[in-house]
Amino acid sequence: MNDRFIELDRIEKVFDVRKKTGFLRRERREVRAVDSISFTVARGEMVGYIGPNGAGKSTTIKMLTGILTPSGGRLRVAGIDPSRERTRLARRIGVVFGQRTTLWWDLPLIDSYRLMHRMYRIPDARYRENLGRCVELLELGALLDVPVRQLSLGQRMRGDIAAALLHDPEVLYLDEPTIGLDVISKAKVREFLKDLNTEQGTTVLLTTHDLQDIEQLCRRVMVIDHGRLMYDGPLTGLHEVGESERTLVVDLERELPPIEAAPARVVRVEGPRQWLAFPASESAAPLVARIASAYPLVDLSVREPDIEAVIAQMYAQQAVSNAVS
Amino acid sequence: MADLDERAVARPAEDPFGEYGVYSRVRDGLRAYRMIAAMWIRSTMAYRASFAMTTFGNFAATSFDFVAILLMFSQVDELGGYALPEIALLYGTSAVAFGLADLLIGSMDRLGHRVRDGTLDTLLVRPVPVLAQVAADKFALRRLGRVTQGLFVLGYALATLDVAWTPVKVLMIPLMVASGGLIFCAVFVGGAAFQFVAQDASEVQNAFTYGGVTLLQYPPSVFAKDLLRGVTFLLPLAFVNWLPGLYVLGRPYPLDLPTWVAFAPPLVAVACCALAGVAWRAGLRTYRSTGS
Amino acid sequence: MGTGRLYAAVAAGGFRRYATYRVATAAGVFTNTVFGFILAYTYIALWHEKPHLGGYDQAQALTYVWVGQAMFAVMVLGSAGFEAELIERIRTGDIAVDLYRPADLQLWWLAADMGRALFQLLGRGVVPMACGALFFDLALPDGPLPWLACLVAVVLGALVSFAIRYIVALWAFWLLDGAGAMQITWLTGVFFSGMLLPLNVFPGALGDLARLLPWSALLQAPADVLLGEADPPGTFAFQLGWAVALLAVGRLIQSAATRKVVVQGG
Repeated sequence: MNDRFIELDRIEKVFDVRKKTGFLRRERREVRAVDSISFTVARGEMVGYIGPNGAGKSTTIKMLTGILTPSGGRLRVAGIDPSRERTRLARRIGVVFGQRTTLWWDLPLIDSYRLMHRMYRIPDARYRENLGRCVELLELGALLDVPVRQLSLGQRMRGDIAAALLHDPEVLYLDEPTIGLDVISKAKVREFLKDLNTEQGTTVLLTTHDLQDIEQLCRRVMVIDHGRLMYDGPLTGLHEVGESERTLVVDLERELPPIEAAPARVVRVEGPRQWLAFPASESAAPLVARIASAYPLVDLSVREPDIEAVIAQMYAQQAVSNAVS
Repeated sequence: MADLDERAVARPAEDPFGEYGVYSRVRDGLRAYRMIAAMWIRSTMAYRASFAMTTFGNFAATSFDFVAILLMFSQVDELGGYALPEIALLYGTSAVAFGLADLLIGSMDRLGHRVRDGTLDTLLVRPVPVLAQVAADKFALRRLGRVTQGLFVLGYALATLDVAWTPVKVLMIPLMVASGGLIFCAVFVGGAAFQFVAQDASEVQNAFTYGGVTLLQYPPSVFAKDLLRGVTFLLPLAFVNWLPGLYVLGRPYPLDLPTWVAFAPPLVAVACCALAGVAWRAGLRTYRSTGS
Repeated sequence: MGTGRLYAAVAAGGFRRYATYRVATAAGVFTNTVFGFILAYTYIALWHEKPHLGGYDQAQALTYVWVGQAMFAVMVLGSAGFEAELIERIRTGDIAVDLYRPADLQLWWLAADMGRALFQLLGRGVVPMACGALFFDLALPDGPLPWLACLVAVVLGALVSFAIRYIVALWAFWLLDGAGAMQITWLTGVFFSGMLLPLNVFPGALGDLARLLPWSALLQAPADVLLGEADPPGTFAFQLGWAVALLAVGRLIQSAATRKVVVQGG
């Protein structure tokens, strides 16, 4: 049971999309938002579920929470079929939607928590303890009496995460928990999630298209694109498969021949500015130190690989390996 | 624990008396409704002056259409063969019935909006029925204004009507209000269910809710027979106040119906609620398979 | 010329914005038609009881009902129009941005609202009117001239409607909660526009007063012009008078509000 806490077996979700083709004519088309996805998640794991916009991430989360009914396949969370026993499962899971709040928009934050307390029938002592911990770690103390509509995006997200955890869920789903947050808020949210997973043992599944979320939080990552599971394994493996690279942009005092600093290689030169690609798994610090000691440096910056680039690379590699075999 | 899991997995929600059966869902729903409504009332009461003003506004707003009827009666002595106190009885009963439904679940017409902006999803991940959450959302006590206005008109009607009151006729009044309220609740729920399919169509609902209550304010003799058949047999609004009300007034219903239908409103109300429940479940199922 | 084109573009935007909601428009037409039927039958009963009430015969009374349903959305007699959005912008302070735009605030919203009114006239006015003509015996004019005159009265009525709602919206600069003010204006508007009952049926002094108030420019005026019950030039002058007066009041309030924003920084 423990190693198959979440279990998807060839799960599919097909939508009927009607597209307008003329003044009154409409064309019906089937869209496979999720196309035969299978995976299992063990209790206590923390998994990143990544992919570009429209890849099927949110659709998967909605099926896992019971909001959407799968078109095919078998799905179990804690032994429960989410779509058939949605309300029963609801007591055991926590959900955070990055884009919309589960809090009551017009009411003070604390009122939402009071309602959750009674709605989930949380024992008083547990409620007080959980609320106290969340308020302390997520720094919500000063916000409790503020109506949710007046909270900033980062404050609201922290409020939402607390709301999802008051009833001690066994698994927490986060759909884009850091989208639109500033750097400090992102760091706070990540730190909290890490502690939650290690100290409380809560299983966490998060979707994101911010690779840093994954890097800092998840040992295991799943990549989904066009509704298909492209990769399932450790993050380091993803870098190998996708061979994702970070880019160092270097501004020199004057035009110079391409910088030599293995394992980085120059991919582009434009006047005094040069672009160097290096494996995302490498640290940038020694590389920067070497270049700074050997070249007249004016400015530099590091660009993170984005999900789209990683996936594009995965496709390219697949094509290559197919051609070879 | 594992034992219990197995049992529930084997027979999910089939036992109506079980932990997740129909009865406990209704009980859970009512409990959640009470909790959410109570919270909205508490937050409204934090601004008493504003509450008093908006309640009065609601009262005044709903008074205007009775003022229009009064203006009509400043020019004529009867309408469709009915005198003012008789029309006041029809007006009062339908207004109170509708007012109660509006007070209890009037927010349901925002469902299409919730589907469009995706906030319905947040209700679906909570362990209480979605219907209760949607119905109690933004519970607005100011809607008591409409109920109060209806009660005033009803009081006026009862004070001025020239009717030989019998115990049965007296009982008819609360019966009309209660079952009429349920019929309107069913219309609200049915309308919301339709919004699962057509999210922008909340105005269609207005035709049946606000349109319905406007229709019932006037005596049935005013309207064409086809319209009457429609609101008697298709969308049974006539059972809110026309059929029982005409029994109280001792007047014939324009359609040829047996006398006992005057006592049918409770049954009709229950049937309407059951149908609305089925429509709601179908709508929710559609939403959960299409996602929008 | 450049500014003229700007406001034309704003008006076109207002038109398009409402035109995208086809289902909502269809739903609105349906509701207006249902209400039209209910009102039509009550008017038949009323005029049966007292023929020539308020100087209308039954066909004219029925025509009034359906003109009313056609004007319902155009004159914003039912729900809130642009003013809800404007009030929200005032409350959030976004209005400061609008005030620094190289366009006049009042003209901007007027143009957008006229675009909306034109769409509502076509999208929500025509069908209920046609439906009424199909099912009831209406007193519609034969020649094109009364129709044209009615159209002019509708345009002038839409100006008055805008002017009233603009003033109401600007109260939000001083009132914390504009909902109350909006509700009261809406109520007064519905009642004194003649939406519930033609103003000429209002008894005695109340009727005289109602016919002088600006709201009579919204529905009663276009209806009477169409029915041939009012002399067009006089009606136009009445409507135009109110439009100019109310737009001027709106401007005064606008400049006071602008000073307030500039002094307090929003």
